[in-house]
Amino acid sequence: MQPLFFGHLEAYLILALCLFALGLYGLISRPGFISMLISVELILNAAGLNFVAFNTFLAPDKTVGQTFTLFVMGLAAAEAAICLSITVVVYRHFRSILADGVSALKD
Amino acid sequence: MSFTFDPSLALYVYLADAAFVGFAVLTLFGGVVAVGARQLIHAVLGLVTSLVGVAGLYAFLGTHFLAAMQILIYVGAVCVSMIFAVMLARPPKEAETRLSGAWAKVGAGFVVALFAGLVLGSAVLGTPWAEYQRPTEVAGTIHQVGRGLLTSYALVFELISLVLLVAIVGSVALARRGRGTSGGV
Repeated sequence: MQPLFFGHLEAYLILALCLFALGLYGLISRPGFISMLISVELILNAAGLNFVAFNTFLAPDKTVGQTFTLFVMGLAAAEAAICLSITVVVYRHFRSILADGVSALKD
Repeated sequence: MSFTFDPSLALYVYLADAAFVGFAVLTLFGGVVAVGARQLIHAVLGLVTSLVGVAGLYAFLGTHFLAAMQILIYVGAVCVSMIFAVMLARPPKEAETRLSGAWAKVGAGFVVALFAGLVLGSAVLGTPWAEYQRPTEVAGTIHQVGRGLLTSYALVFELISLVLLVAIVGSVALARRGRGTSGGV
């Protein structure tokens, strides 16, 4: 009696790979700041999924991957807060949150 | 890793497999919506869907604490603040803005993502994972994780709290600028 999917490391890795590729595609193709931030969150989640999958299946110490994923979550929260407030400031200044429209360094 | 189950538990194994496929579909569908939606608020909702799916996969991997933290931090904090930013910045519909070179960007993104997917996918499928796998143990409990956070990783833990403090102060200082009468810089 073998599970078809959830007992295999490859299933989690392929899933995280799809998430990473989606995030990479969005990061390059979307024009807005918030859309780029959403894509970065997808990439970070793919990395976290990989960490936890390797932690559960391969690591001798079963807490390292979880701890590291927690740190990644904390850093992602800080990054999102800073990015969003920068976006709000940029919108007030330029009346646009598209990356192509924001190219002046001063005034 | 070779899990062996009592054949009398077959129904539960099938159900667990079906739930895994459900969470996987939720993750990928949410990701597609998050990068493909025309309205920004739909993209944020797609991100929420994808993150809930990843939380379910964390639960499948035996790390229930991480699943709860994923819901709390990502869905509860990050996505809600994204929705606040979307409402404050009132972005135009990105599809209507007809940027020059939009199709070139889409093409470049597709090519890069396909390349990365092929390279990493061949690495994933080409590695004999079974040789490296350890005998099945229970994933680290919340007890062990908490002990690790306060002993081995205490410095990193404190540094993360410092980074979060700086991020809070920084975002408040940034967003207050230009508010005018309310005492902003």
